Amino acid sequence: MTHVQHLKPFLRKTPFFEPIDRLMHGNGWIRWMGYYSPAFFDSEQSEYFATRHGASVYDVSPLIKYAIRGKDAARFANYLVTRDLTKVKPMQAAYTAWCDDDGKMIEEGTIFRLGENDFILNAALHQLHWLDESAYGFDVEIEEISDQLAGLSLQGPTSREILQQMGVQGIEKLPHFGIMETTVDGHWLRIDRAGFTGDLGYELWVKPQDGIWLWETLFRIGDPYKIAPMGSQALDWLRIEAGFILVDADYTGSHHALRPTSRVSPFEAGIGWCVGLKKDAYFVGKRALRAEKEKGLSRHILIGIEVEGRKPAPGSFLYADRAGKQEIGITTSAMWSPGLKKNIAFAKVPPSFVKPGTQMWIEIWYPKEHKIERSMVKCWAANRMFYDPPRKKA
Amino acid sequence: MSKSFDAIIIGGGHNGLVTASYLAKAGLKPLVVEAGDQLGGCAVTREFAPGFRSSAVAHLLHALHPRVVADLGLEGQGLRGLCKPVGTGLLLPEGRRIDITHDAAATAASIGAVSKADAEAYPRVMARLGKLATALGTFLTRTPPNPAIAQNDFQTKLALGMFALQLRMLGKKDMLELTRILTMNVADLANDHFESDAIKGLLSFEATLGVYLGPRSPNTVFNLLYRLSSFGKHGMGGLYQPLGGMGAVAEALAKAARAAGADIRLQAPVERILIEKEQAVGVVLQGGEEIRAPIVASSADPQRTLLKLVPPGELDTEFLKRIRHLRMNGCVAKLHLALDGLPTGVTQSDGRLVIAPSINYVERAFDCAKYGRVADHPALEVTFPSLADPGLAPAGKHVASILFQYAPYKLRETPPAVVREQVLDRTLATLEQAMPGLAAKVTAAEVLTPHDLENRFGLSGGQWHQGEVTLDQMFFLRPAAQFQQYRMPIPGLWLCGAGAHPGGNVSGAAGANAAREIIKARKNGR
Repeated sequence: MTHVQHLKPFLRKTPFFEPIDRLMHGNGWIRWMGYYSPAFFDSEQSEYFATRHGASVYDVSPLIKYAIRGKDAARFANYLVTRDLTKVKPMQAAYTAWCDDDGKMIEEGTIFRLGENDFILNAALHQLHWLDESAYGFDVEIEEISDQLAGLSLQGPTSREILQQMGVQGIEKLPHFGIMETTVDGHWLRIDRAGFTGDLGYELWVKPQDGIWLWETLFRIGDPYKIAPMGSQALDWLRIEAGFILVDADYTGSHHALRPTSRVSPFEAGIGWCVGLKKDAYFVGKRALRAEKEKGLSRHILIGIEVEGRKPAPGSFLYADRAGKQEIGITTSAMWSPGLKKNIAFAKVPPSFVKPGTQMWIEIWYPKEHKIERSMVKCWAANRMFYDPPRKKA
Repeated sequence: MSKSFDAIIIGGGHNGLVTASYLAKAGLKPLVVEAGDQLGGCAVTREFAPGFRSSAVAHLLHALHPRVVADLGLEGQGLRGLCKPVGTGLLLPEGRRIDITHDAAATAASIGAVSKADAEAYPRVMARLGKLATALGTFLTRTPPNPAIAQNDFQTKLALGMFALQLRMLGKKDMLELTRILTMNVADLANDHFESDAIKGLLSFEATLGVYLGPRSPNTVFNLLYRLSSFGKHGMGGLYQPLGGMGAVAEALAKAARAAGADIRLQAPVERILIEKEQAVGVVLQGGEEIRAPIVASSADPQRTLLKLVPPGELDTEFLKRIRHLRMNGCVAKLHLALDGLPTGVTQSDGRLVIAPSINYVERAFDCAKYGRVADHPALEVTFPSLADPGLAPAGKHVASILFQYAPYKLRETPPAVVREQVLDRTLATLEQAMPGLAAKVTAAEVLTPHDLENRFGLSGGQWHQGEVTLDQMFFLRPAAQFQQYRMPIPGLWLCGAGAHPGGNVSGAAGANAAREIIKARKNGR
């Protein structure tokens, strides 16, 4: 938790700061990319359950957004990221990684294709320098538009109904990872069906001056649908259940890795599926990634594990044997899932341990009556997407 | 043109021709595509005024590697007869001069007139520097190793081992001296050994020629050693004036290439390298003609090859940044003067005249370049090629071919067009003092600034060596770490010009090394 007291003179406020501040019960402000961002309002449990059973609202305005436009934008975007963007049609979004020369992940995020040559890339970290350097030779314009859009992530089973009630025409037809633009009450609104919770959900983007309108409209109309504001602590639980990795939690971005060996490839980060080795064009890191795939050079893979018992296993070591003689990996994110009633975690393990069901041992240290105790329990490799309801894509 | 080729070589410069010859001798069918109407690249002879001809860029030969000469049978193509050894004359203030020639006694007497101590020291110091340079020079014709030693093949490891052994065999004293001076600046070195401004000035000039460095910049001793390495057994043993200009050397190379079976096309400028499925498969000429071959070797500089000829989106971001950031700030301008007659003070036996009377003189000339200006008082290397080969000028008339240091490519306020005027004016002003009456004899003049060299000869940044010869841009760092073995990241694409190890000068070593690697890769099926 980052304390914001001493940063108050410097932190910026998103358009949603005032309504969030009014709803916040404790001192839940943290900083995110130079903005005030809520970590929690009341309790993360209630916010978590609101998302899984009603709808939650999370302020995603601090996300960094880059507009990529110009004659070569499509070619450039396809060169920049690992996914095959020729398969992403205008008004579709795609989750993708982008890598350095060695095929090590700089970051992953969502790229939105608004038109043939019109993209927005959402990133958690600043990437302008990298984008500019990669754009050498391309006829593209890259602009950071982070301040030009305010965004709320509306997630949960009732999110679609709320938008319908709000008067968003055609929201029921918007496919998973689809994008639409519409006008509600005279306000421009861009909606994409994506999110960080693994549930049915939407991201709503408006001009900053329409932020308060959006917030108030959502909460007015959403009240009967159990709408609730959410902070990043609950979001962290949701994203672990959904199997989404987080930069600098589950992997180190290659540009701030202290040692070259701590960088990871998308294969190692367990998102090999978004590496388009078969795509027609070259992309940054492709030669290295192909070599990794063909020669089996991945050192470890980030997988999901299910852990025996109820004690969460953050930063725990995994072993091949109960005696703890052969260390094989470590967990990067871990939680007790209140919804699934399972003890889950992400762990990086050697490729020979990734097959679901493979049994390993995990050493968990936990506090008990002012003492730290150790337990060595079984765990099993599992699909990292622990929570995947049909409604997410339906 | 339905003929099929095994390899396309971009650029008919000397390195391109050397690569083509080696490939043809190994049984491949190479095609050289040259943009201009003349072979030789920067090693050509051009008419710059009616009846007056001169080597267009490089004008003295010293580095052509004996192995290349032997392997390609260049002597059979008349090379030796083409060259006349030349000495160096230092033109000093007040009409004094020092002549350094192959005649040791005369040289000692000439230097002795300025400084007794230097006359004694000069041959000794130069012999020692030559010995060190020759030890380094062993690697000129070797493929640089991969810094990850395990990744090298046996031959490269062996070469590296032999190289280390050779340095060790220098003996403790010399090896220590080499490690001491390798990264040092030439002014300190000159002060270590000499007392006269004249000899120190000469050393400063030799060490800074062709790099954007002044005599007090680190790395200049390395550039000096690099140059000296060709004055021993890894080069021609001294400076030579090619009869018929540098173009005659290119012709000998072209003859050798054709004799070996290489095809050559002139006026075939490459627009881009053809890349399909991330493999280089040929070239597209301006005008749209496609020529295909599984090997594409470019003797163009790394920036032109990788930034201009390779379409965007085929290479990785950091690699391209490395290439964009290669130091390529050319700072030598080339002048050609058509003269009515020889100026006073120039004798029939003169080869190369140098105006660089002191360390400070060269340093101040560099100071101007440092701030993006043309040197007010330039250091000059002047040759009169028509002395050795009267055929270069109409009867009774002469040609002067001059290197002007420094006229930087990167200018702050001076427009490139003004540079041409300034270079000419300042050259004539400087020469007028050393050779009174010269200006009156000039009937025509041509100035090639680094910008002109870039436009006319395709040298990025107008840099003669396709990348400055400094430690950080040499050996296994040329053109970039991990890409030092002539193989570029795109399969099928090779670099065979001076932008690859061992760099510039009319030596042919880069072309020969690249050809060897290409042949090796083909044999191993990679």
